[in-house]
Amino acid sequence: MNKHNSAVAASAADRAFALKQALEEQGLLPESYVEQFTEVMENDFDPANGARVVARAWVDPAYRELLLRDGTAACAQFGYTGVQGEYIVALENTPTLQNVIVCTLCSCTAWPVLGLPPDWYKSFEYRARVVRESRSVLREMGLDLLHEVAIRVWDTSAETRYMVLPFRPEGTEGWSEEQLARLVTKDVLIGIARPEVGVLADHGKGGQ
Amino acid sequence: MDGIHDLGGVQGFGSVAHTANSLSYKPVFHEDWEHLGYSLLFLGAGELGLFNVDELRHAIERMEPRQYLTSSYYDRIVVGTASLFVEKGALQQQRLEQLAGGRYPLALPLGPGREAQPPREPFKVGDEVRVRDEFVSGHIRMPGYVRGKRGVVLHRTTHAWPFPDAVGHGQPSPNEPTYHVLFTTRELWGDAADDGTVVVDLFGGYLLQA
Repeated sequence: MNKHNSAVAASAADRAFALKQALEEQGLLPESYVEQFTEVMENDFDPANGARVVARAWVDPAYRELLLRDGTAACAQFGYTGVQGEYIVALENTPTLQNVIVCTLCSCTAWPVLGLPPDWYKSFEYRARVVRESRSVLREMGLDLLHEVAIRVWDTSAETRYMVLPFRPEGTEGWSEEQLARLVTKDVLIGIARPEVGVLADHGKGGQ
Repeated sequence: MDGIHDLGGVQGFGSVAHTANSLSYKPVFHEDWEHLGYSLLFLGAGELGLFNVDELRHAIERMEPRQYLTSSYYDRIVVGTASLFVEKGALQQQRLEQLAGGRYPLALPLGPGREAQPPREPFKVGDEVRVRDEFVSGHIRMPGYVRGKRGVVLHRTTHAWPFPDAVGHGQPSPNEPTYHVLFTTRELWGDAADDGTVVVDLFGGYLLQA
């Protein structure tokens, strides 16, 4: 019996901290690099960013046109580009088309605009099923679309990073951009939900 | 690489553990080590320039399949990142095991990559294309479910990037645009799918004029 193989595997946490410690030992880890990158991941990458882009597109036809023609330039106006957001394409929903985003091979997501992907998006269930059974998967998650609504799933398999541009719900006439942005949740930007008056994004609560 | 990571269209999985709009997305990380995956990945890929993100994706694909399927997402990032630091000679697996206090399995060895093979003429929006019916043992960004299938070009990117099958193996590559190619689920899976369409973002080297 190979001694190496008989040893007990270290836990995921112990292996992660060991990697950090080994890099420190080699002098490869600059002071506060991890803390700064973590700060960006936790706070700068936020679905509230994508929500602001959508709200602007709903009230400003010229911006909407730019967003659909050159999503990167439109997001750059707000400063929402960077790692995993260097080539952004906005997908326009209509009453008869629902766009949905996935990365079947890993977890690719437009980080600066949507935030880091949630656990369910990275799950084997979502990656395996949504390309093949989109209508069933959406229904199970609570979006039961009429048969007339076509579903188009975008598999993020290269460098394009997508965001869904939902259509503006009725009953929001005269709302401010700030009010509109609160209708655009992270799930709306991924495409597994549609904005609804009465369902507010958690980024609008508690000053987050 | 026809590995376990190529999950699109695989049957037998249950429900996605999520109801739309049911989650708060803060805190972003649920365990105190999870932020180390991405931050140490970008230390190696950005700050130190020891490897690139394509190599990281492929390192995760090279995990032993049972390890892949039973690891959490951020654990796979840590394993892939640690594997690359060891393969590039910056760290030693033995030291990682000492520090972790136990076994530290890494990705299985890297195979050969391949050079870019862009189309002679770029494809145009509206072109009918067929995904090349070819099998690649190394890294590739063509999910298996589109191999040999016919689709229509919706978009050619205005940017260009190195060919994943080369850079994923640490080899140099010229930049190429990619194409958003629309497929029907009928073309991909016949009747054994919900009616719909799928768009895959494919390098020109994976495509032929139909």
